[in-house]
Amino acid sequence: MYLSTFFANATPALPEIALLSMTCIVLLADLFFSRLCPRIPYYLTQLALLGVICLSLCALNKPQTSAFFGMFMADPLSSLLNVFICLTSLFSFLYARSFLEETKMPLGEYYTLGLFSVLGMMLMVSSQNFLPLFLGLELQSLPLYAMIALRRSSGIASEAAMKYFIMGSLASAMLLYGISLLYGVTHSLSISEAAIIFSQGTATHNTVFACALVFIIAGIAFKFGAAPFHAWAPDVYQGAPSIVTLFLGSAPKIAMLGFTFKFLVQAMPTLQTQWQLFFIILAVLSMALGNIVAVVQTNFKRMLAYSSISHMGYMLLGLISGTQAGYAAATFYIIAYAFMTLAGFAMIALLSKAGVEAESIKDFQGLNYKHPWLAFLVMVVMFSMAGVPPTIGFFAKLSVLQALVQVDLVWLAALALIFSVIGAYYYIAVIKTMYFDQPEKSTPFPTLPLDATIAISVNGLLLLILGLFPSGLIELCNKVFL
Amino acid sequence: MLLETIFFYLFAAGVVLSAVGVVFLRNPVHSALSLVLAFVFSACLWLMLQAEFLALILILVYVGAVMTLFLFVVMTINLDADIKKQTFVHYLPFGLLLMALLAALLLFVLKPAHFLSIGQPIIQDQDYSNVQVLGKVLYTHYVYPFELAAVLLLVAIVAAISLNPRQPSNKKTQNTEKQLYIKRADRVRLLSMPTEKKP
Repeated sequence: MYLSTFFANATPALPEIALLSMTCIVLLADLFFSRLCPRIPYYLTQLALLGVICLSLCALNKPQTSAFFGMFMADPLSSLLNVFICLTSLFSFLYARSFLEETKMPLGEYYTLGLFSVLGMMLMVSSQNFLPLFLGLELQSLPLYAMIALRRSSGIASEAAMKYFIMGSLASAMLLYGISLLYGVTHSLSISEAAIIFSQGTATHNTVFACALVFIIAGIAFKFGAAPFHAWAPDVYQGAPSIVTLFLGSAPKIAMLGFTFKFLVQAMPTLQTQWQLFFIILAVLSMALGNIVAVVQTNFKRMLAYSSISHMGYMLLGLISGTQAGYAAATFYIIAYAFMTLAGFAMIALLSKAGVEAESIKDFQGLNYKHPWLAFLVMVVMFSMAGVPPTIGFFAKLSVLQALVQVDLVWLAALALIFSVIGAYYYIAVIKTMYFDQPEKSTPFPTLPLDATIAISVNGLLLLILGLFPSGLIELCNKVFL
Repeated sequence: MLLETIFFYLFAAGVVLSAVGVVFLRNPVHSALSLVLAFVFSACLWLMLQAEFLALILILVYVGAVMTLFLFVVMTINLDADIKKQTFVHYLPFGLLLMALLAALLLFVLKPAHFLSIGQPIIQDQDYSNVQVLGKVLYTHYVYPFELAAVLLLVAIVAAISLNPRQPSNKKTQNTEKQLYIKRADRVRLLSMPTEKKP
């Protein structure tokens, strides 16, 4: 009797439960069948992600339903974010396969840890209580630390993992301290209950809320990698193997946005003026530092890391506006960003030769003469990151700036434009290196695996096609916030 | 009531002092032992709140298992105490500034008036079972975070095992089996050379 009500109660969490079960199956299948077919964890992983995407798509049009005593809530926003978390993970696992096999990294462990991280991300966007939200965040980041360090022969990767681990723990501690302060005032960990108490908050409570907000925003900004909490990003992005960097740079950011919506928009709507101010500082610093420091980088991965810091700044602009349109714009931006980052780092992973990555911008010199199609795709990615019209990056920036102008923050929009012009320099410098510089010496071009080549083509063309016909995705993002 | 207050301040002072000791003691082993002391004192505080089960778990799990393991690690890697001292002095000015700012902020915010009063803990009768109540809440209301914590532990196991080296790549070890099975012919080569004549 109790069991049947439990299962009826748990149906909204079906995608998460399916993913957890599949993760355990992958773990066991790797143990028993990897002798027969070494790629079995890979196939099962992709199958699991495809299944979860289908389940989340089915849930997209359902009204919000809660489960597990109100601690879990499936709503259109969480379903939408789940779809894109799984889709970007699917792409990043696809890019990873050939590199993993080439460098003899353990395939089974990599995909098991990756799936656990995806599960954590999905819980981050659909939990409705501070406790599981925090557990989801930890579940997302713990496997990432291990995945970075998985390539044991690389000293720089171990250093990156160590840095990320220590800094990440510090950020989690800050976040947890903020939550504990909130709990001290509200005596509840539930987001919906907290929202009611926040709206009735007296002046004395508000001082505690403001203090808790400082710690929570510091934790969130760290996980986003927004300045001034960005110091880990360049080292980790550079040190980690590219296949891990493209995973940790894309899907977790989408999950983090859902997490921020839960924490700030749903739990403390009344404190909007206060967190807006924090976000304005974070956004301006991120855009300035990211774009200006990226100009002098010679390492492609480091450059993309600084570029991701600046992108986080632009994404925060959507949150600053504090309107439904602004939130939709931020969601659109983070999805666009995730696909751009995937394609950018996938290039580095694809061009790696015998486990040595094509990290330096010099490695892209004269790429057009060696492989024109790949050069074209890099060009699309770079134009998209810079925000040049026929690509998705343009519409992402446009919608964010539009939302800002609608709430009369024109000065901030103007500032964002200036920084994006500075940013265009280093993106276009890469295109110049590819098309107008002669290749240095005739080094043998690496043979590209077929599946990854098809995936990168789809990924690159997606940036172009969604740029030409963006209305579908924009509408989808708008709909979930109504 | 007075006795309870005295004991509370005694234990609370114990927690704070041993926590300070964790940071300031120069020998890492002493730091770890100081952390054990902090756990014991906080267990005492929990006992005073009638959370007997949690207090015992804290001592059994943290003091008994986690910290023992921790001490093992600290003792095996034999940390150099001087390194700690060097960095300590190096970061002292910035650390002091940060500490002062944080302390000022918290002194301003963490006033009893800012928090809803919880009131005195309810005094339960003698046959009240802490474990039973905890178990009921854990497996019904909190089953979702409870399962999540279980998944988190599974991740920790998988991560720890996957980070272990699979094969000793460049380790120099003796292969006893090979040594025992060696024959004279494998090591010594007898050559027959013509004797050279003296010039």
